[in-house]
Amino acid sequence: MQWFDLLGFGPKGWGLALLQGAGMTVLVSIAGLAIGALLGSLVAWSRLSGSWMGGALGESYAALFRGLPELLIIYFVYFGSSGLLTAIGRALGYEGFLGVPPFIAGALAVGVISGAYQAEVFRGAYRAISRGELEAARAVGMGRWLMFRRIIAPQVLRFAIPGLGNLWQVALKDSSLISVTGLAELMREAQVAAGSTRQPFVFYVAGGALYLVLTSISDRVFEAAERRATRGMKRA
Amino acid sequence: MDFAFVVFCFQGLLAALPITLTIWALSVALGALIAAGVTWMRASGIRALDLFARGYIFVFRGVPLLVQLFVIYYGLSSFPAIRHSILWPLLRDAPTCAVISLALCTAAYQSEIFRGALAAVPAREVEAARACGMSGFRLFRRIILPIALRQALPAYSTEVISMTKATALVSLVTIWDMMSVALKIRNDTLVTYTPLLVAGVLYFVLNFVIARVFIAVENHLTPHLRARPT
Repeated sequence: MQWFDLLGFGPKGWGLALLQGAGMTVLVSIAGLAIGALLGSLVAWSRLSGSWMGGALGESYAALFRGLPELLIIYFVYFGSSGLLTAIGRALGYEGFLGVPPFIAGALAVGVISGAYQAEVFRGAYRAISRGELEAARAVGMGRWLMFRRIIAPQVLRFAIPGLGNLWQVALKDSSLISVTGLAELMREAQVAAGSTRQPFVFYVAGGALYLVLTSISDRVFEAAERRATRGMKRA
Repeated sequence: MDFAFVVFCFQGLLAALPITLTIWALSVALGALIAAGVTWMRASGIRALDLFARGYIFVFRGVPLLVQLFVIYYGLSSFPAIRHSILWPLLRDAPTCAVISLALCTAAYQSEIFRGALAAVPAREVEAARACGMSGFRLFRRIILPIALRQALPAYSTEVISMTKATALVSLVTIWDMMSVALKIRNDTLVTYTPLLVAGVLYFVLNFVIARVFIAVENHLTPHLRARPT
């Protein structure tokens, strides 16, 4: 069979399966990036708060998850969360295995990895806000929450866009490792197609090409977002 | 957590450490060689070579390493032409495939680091060297290379550490590295956390040691940036 039949959308084509896989890759990466944003901002906040305990906790989380192999983290979260859920189930009187859905485990794993790096991005972005603006906000009587919402958050996001763009690419690529849990994302679909047609080269190259499409599109999106976010700023 | 079992995991995983380390060292070294070539192509000023190097970096940085590994290990072997070529003894061997694909991937990242480091060599140093009569290879060896390598060290250590993490992927192409041993112990004993935790400790210590070595080397190479003894 020719490769364009294999990759097409006909009855024997795997095109649709691969595209659905790519969609799942995007979804799980977005979920991972969002979880990472939450964790990352918590860690950045704990390190900026000046509290000794919070800083040490945040720092060890970031150091730990940056020093461990991504694959190990994914296995650990996948097996570990199911083990935990089963133990909780047993404590509540439910006998038997309770599995965490691969999507949630995968997003969580990509999230904790991404969070460890996002913490640095957010911390750097916060440091880039000029002190004068914070003083001015305080001087006009803004409370902490209002100051965060009006002054800090918009500027942190603006300065964080390039770093977040890099981490988005990392999340996209890390998400391919979730295939080991059986989640039907792009890598997994390519593996299934390669296995059942015995054409591994065609499908892994096609999968790789789809990843390239995803990374190049997101490059453009982040460039546009950066241009839009900094449209009011002077350029050197 | 049973202490004897922890010791058992440690022994099993330490036995696999040499495999992980070998694949890591070979792929970083081979990657550096390829990266030097790619960097040279980008700096050569020849349009075709420059375009090739850009394409190489784009593809190998944009595609997940797992896909690259599978293309090389499972993909290439599906061609009868390759199975009958003189390359087959190499490509049949999982560790060789793993080293080749890890090296190709890290080369793309390393060449970006090298390019940045070359760009950071101050023009005035090169001008001064030319004024002293150095040119060509001597200029490169005496002035450009030492400054560029020093500039590249921090980013290079990050890349090298990310390579130790990447070696865990070779467990998916039938190699008995630390990751596969941890999974094997988990499968055999049905203990969820301990084998993976022990593997995590070993990987973490390994990365910590590598980071320390790089910091020491960097400190050694930048005496002019150290605080003066008071």
